[in-house]
Amino acid sequence: MLAATTNPTAIAMFVGFVVATLVITFYSAKKSSGSSAYFAAGRRITGWQNGLAVAGDYMSAASFLGIAGMIALSGYDGFLYSVGFLVAYLVVLLVVAEPLRNAGKYTMADVLAYRLKPRPVRALAALSTITVSTFYMIAQMVGAGSLVKVLLPGIGYNLAVCGVGVLMIVYVVFGGMLATTWVQIVKAILLMSGSVLLSVLVMSHFHFSLSEFFHALTNITYHDKSGAEVTKDFLTPGMKFKNPLDFISLSMALVFGTAGLPHILVRFYTVPDAKTARSSVVWAMALIGIFYIMTTFFGFGAASVLGPDFIGRNGGGNMAAPQLARVLGGDVFFAFISAVAFATILAVVAGLTISASTSFAHDFFTNVIHHGKERRPGEEVRVARITAFVVGAVSIGLAIALGPTANVAFLVGLAFAVAASANLPAIIFSIYWKRFNTAGAVASLIVGLVASIGIIILSPTIMTIDPPTVAASARHLIQHAPIFPLENPGIVSIPLGFLAAILGTLLSREPGAAARFDELVVRANTGLGAEKATAE
Amino acid sequence: MAPADDPKLPPVGQTDAPDWAGIAASPRFQELLRAKRRFIVPAMVFSILYYFALPVLVGWFPDLMKKKIGDGANLAYLFALSQFFMAWIVAGLYVAKAGAWDKAAARLLSESGER
Repeated sequence: MLAATTNPTAIAMFVGFVVATLVITFYSAKKSSGSSAYFAAGRRITGWQNGLAVAGDYMSAASFLGIAGMIALSGYDGFLYSVGFLVAYLVVLLVVAEPLRNAGKYTMADVLAYRLKPRPVRALAALSTITVSTFYMIAQMVGAGSLVKVLLPGIGYNLAVCGVGVLMIVYVVFGGMLATTWVQIVKAILLMSGSVLLSVLVMSHFHFSLSEFFHALTNITYHDKSGAEVTKDFLTPGMKFKNPLDFISLSMALVFGTAGLPHILVRFYTVPDAKTARSSVVWAMALIGIFYIMTTFFGFGAASVLGPDFIGRNGGGNMAAPQLARVLGGDVFFAFISAVAFATILAVVAGLTISASTSFAHDFFTNVIHHGKERRPGEEVRVARITAFVVGAVSIGLAIALGPTANVAFLVGLAFAVAASANLPAIIFSIYWKRFNTAGAVASLIVGLVASIGIIILSPTIMTIDPPTVAASARHLIQHAPIFPLENPGIVSIPLGFLAAILGTLLSREPGAAARFDELVVRANTGLGAEKATAE
Repeated sequence: MAPADDPKLPPVGQTDAPDWAGIAASPRFQELLRAKRRFIVPAMVFSILYYFALPVLVGWFPDLMKKKIGDGANLAYLFALSQFFMAWIVAGLYVAKAGAWDKAAARLLSESGER
């Protein structure tokens, strides 16, 4: 069973990370005056630094704890997430990153508004950005609260959520993008080292023999939900998903979602030029790929070393990786892996907060309300700081209201579905399709957002009849047989988003949008007129 | 508000603004776009097909994918693992090509007097 007492090593490591990140914030705060410094770290982040930061922003608690747990409990199907999360970066690298860096300034909407009517497009893009970020953030905060509750039982869920919330507000409000970037870099290094160590421990358990490792996966015995003893080959597909369309729908949301995630896209504004944006994606792909290949060892490793029964009794799937660390490496290593998971959550919520508050300040406040004029210098940054504070406070409140056992895993899936269905069509068409116009962008943002949320409400992630044994707070939100049969809305909502973009465009005329396409395409492909790095 | 009225951007046709339309229409720029398209479109199509082959195969042909290769993993795992290498190889090829596009872009800008 779990230690009932607080683990002093874990506290020391937590505190160490928190102190290090506060020092970073203190030094960043001195440099983060002015919009470009606050929102884009002065565009002076180097390729490898931004690569680590992109990886740090991307490898969330859902990746580290969630995928490890999913593989440990559902075998091969969980590994499909790992694959999709990396392949998605080809869309980022080949299609989105460089044009975005060349044509935009602070937010995803900069590219959409370039040749379209800025106010409707920015208002909806800000809405989509804030929706994606907030959903994603609540999932992370509930995860953080549950983790701290297990690791430091004296602290309690509410206090843990408040702690995470306050720290992230401090990073973002005082340190801006520069502090957030360095928090990601430190976290990415910690997460990579923790994962390598854990993988090596797993392989040493199997005497560094891959065939012994894989052989152990072929017959794992455990008790299923009805209590019957079953033996399964964990490398066989289909333990989680029974319908082949589930595989397709999930794969679509993963591979097309990443290139529409606002908190990933804004990272490309922190580097000096498109060429550095490209090299940062390559760095990120190397790290992210190695990380997700390692989920083989700590995901499947947890299944065979601990077994699903043990994981079920000891904190569930999300605690599979930390429990594996405890069994193989003892209490100190358990504390280290838990501190890494906590650092991961903290860094990701900071990244989400800054992208949400930048979008509100730059897109909504300055451009929609004040028609693109900053009335007083520094106003945009001040609004962003206030927004970060509000976003943090709202997320703390929602995470506390939902409680530690809330079933929130679907929120990450939803974020990817919205990003792929609403944001990606608008981004791709505005860069590559001359005829594309405001009606098309508005249609894709609205239809993508509404379809993703609507379909997920009708899907088994929200609509399921739970057996009476399930605890009240962990129940599905709607106790009804699902109307939409698949877990992920992607297979319907992504084509709908693209279709809406095409129909909206073809059914309206806007010569002004096509007229500035030359300017956008030259700028996107040559970097002429792109935002420059600021001097030190 | 029409985009040309966007206060942050100079109006189209203003004299000190770059000649966007001129550059866009120039043969060098058109050749750059064609060169990019010649690589990016097939590379993206190939990657997407290769990627979606995985869910299609594990979804509809589970018996084939269960087949063990040697005494270690099965086809499903090895094909999933191959996706990582596919992504890295395509990214590597892209970066190798992109160096030449950077040079072409710099050359066409200096010829049109922008840099």
